[in-house]
Amino acid sequence: MVASEPGLAAYDLLRWIPLIPLLGSVINLFWGRALGRKNAGAVACAAVGASFAIAFYVFWQLPATGVFRDLVYTWIESGAFKANLAFQVDALTAVMLLIVTGIGFLIHLYSLGYMGHDEDVVRFFVYLNLFIFFMLVLVMGDNLLLFFVGWEGVGLCSYLLIGFWYQDANNAIAGNKAFIVNRIGDFGFVVGIFLLVTELGRQGVWTLDFAELQNHVQMLNPATIGLITLLLFVGATGKSAQIPLFVWLPDAMAGPTPVSALIHAATMVTAGVYMTARLHFLFSLAPATMALIAWIGAATAIFAATIALTQNDIKKVLAYSTVSQLGYMFLAVGMGAFSAAIFHVFTHAFFKACLFLGSGSVIHALGGEQDMRKMGGLKRYMPKTYWTYVIATLAIAGIPFTAGFFSKDLILWQTFSHGAMALWAIGLVTAGLTAFYMFRQLFLVFHGDCRADAHAKAHLHESPAVMTWPLIVLAIGAIFTGWLGAPEYLWGSRWDLWLQPVLGTAEAHQGSLSTEILVTLLTLAVVAVGIYLAYAKYGKAAVEFDRGTGGLLYRLSLNKFYVDELYDFIFVRPFTACARFFAQFIDPWAIDGSVNGIAATVRGLGWIWRGLQTGNVQHYVAGFLIGTLALLAYYIGQL
Amino acid sequence: MVPLNYYLILSAVVFAIGVIGVLIRRNLIVILMSIELMLNAVNLTFIAFSRFLGSMEGQVAVFFVMAVAAAEAVIGLAIIIAVFRHRQSLDPQEMHLLKW
Repeated sequence: MVASEPGLAAYDLLRWIPLIPLLGSVINLFWGRALGRKNAGAVACAAVGASFAIAFYVFWQLPATGVFRDLVYTWIESGAFKANLAFQVDALTAVMLLIVTGIGFLIHLYSLGYMGHDEDVVRFFVYLNLFIFFMLVLVMGDNLLLFFVGWEGVGLCSYLLIGFWYQDANNAIAGNKAFIVNRIGDFGFVVGIFLLVTELGRQGVWTLDFAELQNHVQMLNPATIGLITLLLFVGATGKSAQIPLFVWLPDAMAGPTPVSALIHAATMVTAGVYMTARLHFLFSLAPATMALIAWIGAATAIFAATIALTQNDIKKVLAYSTVSQLGYMFLAVGMGAFSAAIFHVFTHAFFKACLFLGSGSVIHALGGEQDMRKMGGLKRYMPKTYWTYVIATLAIAGIPFTAGFFSKDLILWQTFSHGAMALWAIGLVTAGLTAFYMFRQLFLVFHGDCRADAHAKAHLHESPAVMTWPLIVLAIGAIFTGWLGAPEYLWGSRWDLWLQPVLGTAEAHQGSLSTEILVTLLTLAVVAVGIYLAYAKYGKAAVEFDRGTGGLLYRLSLNKFYVDELYDFIFVRPFTACARFFAQFIDPWAIDGSVNGIAATVRGLGWIWRGLQTGNVQHYVAGFLIGTLALLAYYIGQL
Repeated sequence: MVPLNYYLILSAVVFAIGVIGVLIRRNLIVILMSIELMLNAVNLTFIAFSRFLGSMEGQVAVFFVMAVAAAEAVIGLAIIIAVFRHRQSLDPQEMHLLKW
């Protein structure tokens, strides 16, 4: 089955990895109600579980430098251009594959408990399975076109799931916002693809295959590559919530919490990072774009972190934290450290999914309450949730020997050794801010006095096993996944070795081990300061919330720097005003007017000409005669 | 010998009579006869040129025209009979069912 020649092995099993979740989705779509809520959930979980099993088997079989391919059929063949419906798995895809199916499976299990009481749970699982399908198409597609199908598909599922509880208009609006903001990014992305295919086509290479692109990338001139990568990155800012298109992600928290964990933390939002890594050969040839990516990443990281400092909604904190962590990933991408970026995608998927599911567990226990000011002291009531939350918080804060420590330090070290001191400083401060807001959240939710009202307090309970087990597994992952990519002064990175065949060995470590240790210690010091400040402020039994009218900076942060209001003022209002103008004047007068005018003209002319159609044959003969005579006269005149 | 122009002028006059007959008469049979008149005017021209140029092509064309005219007369009369049975009239001015 596995060809000995590396790089070109066919493997028929691959198609089943995305197909089984699609099948699950279709079964639940048509027969879900007949099956009943419990069985529908079981079908959905089984589908993703099977997909995970196959993915793991494929991962196990995958030789170190090999690529599995599975050609399903030729999708588009137009002249010299050809695109296949084909899946491929290499080292990079395998990582994403395990994240999507593995964490996807855990979150499906969790949803059994979390969504079990919902009327519409069948529809939920239909969407969730469909999402897994599209995400797998995205990571497994062997060409950019198929990748784009997945890219748009996950966007659709994100929209559907954010607005899952559509009865509340705000949720539907949040879904719309996510969809529209993503369309803006995707516009750039599509134009980038067009430019790529036409520019290569002009050189005689009509292809969007990743492998072919990599072979022919040298044909493009640097300016074109710069433009293409810039446009592709615009798409990534939309999907991966970077400045300036990050505004949709915090609102996306309107969706059910498992959705936030799966789509808006672990998988979909990292698609932009995956895209840059998949096209690393293109991006590494565009230094200007890379610099821009690094700066946007760093700016997003610190900007989102400062907003997260003051948010009171438990999920909003995590949402801004996700935006911030995605900023780290793009910082790494901008440094050319694709392997480090994917490493952070990997570890982040575990601890952030764990945090989101933990927050879901809390929300579940409190009967839908999301305001952290009405929580506190939950440690006693929900020990399993608490301890997993602690582990994930330690991981995201970057406490040594947790996953976040390894991946975040790797990014900071790459930035430092690259000599980008300003970016490194931003990353360093962000690490401190991250520690602060995460521990603030931990203290507010689980420590101190319980501020929930009596009714909620009476119903406080630990979540069922189907919800806590995924938490425990994710918490274990939040510690140990990082160990794969340990720095050289510990036991060295197996991670880089694994991704090397795909991403190359571009990441040269400059600087000595002692410098690296020093940088790490500095980061730890900043993190410790963050934690201490959080403890000093929120670690006490009774926390005061009289800061609502606090200083200017506090209010700026609390109100998200008024970015939404700014966008509303600059884009949304002029746009709606424009739309209203067109609806009131241009549409009735210019559009309807021209259409109706053409119809009236035709009718009027017809009214005139139909007088000639008498139906009398002799009149027609007369016309015929006149015409003949006229022609005759003309030719005689010519003589 | 009669000059060619005489034949041509006679032919033109007969043709014009035919045309006017088609245009103004109110009876389909007369219109059909007027068409015959036009065809025979053309025949006359053919014969005249044939004689004048000493070539046989014109006479050959006349045979074709006569054959076509015979066929046309048969079909035309058949249609006229059918129309008459249907409407008890042969006035073309009353046949305007296909008009708007």
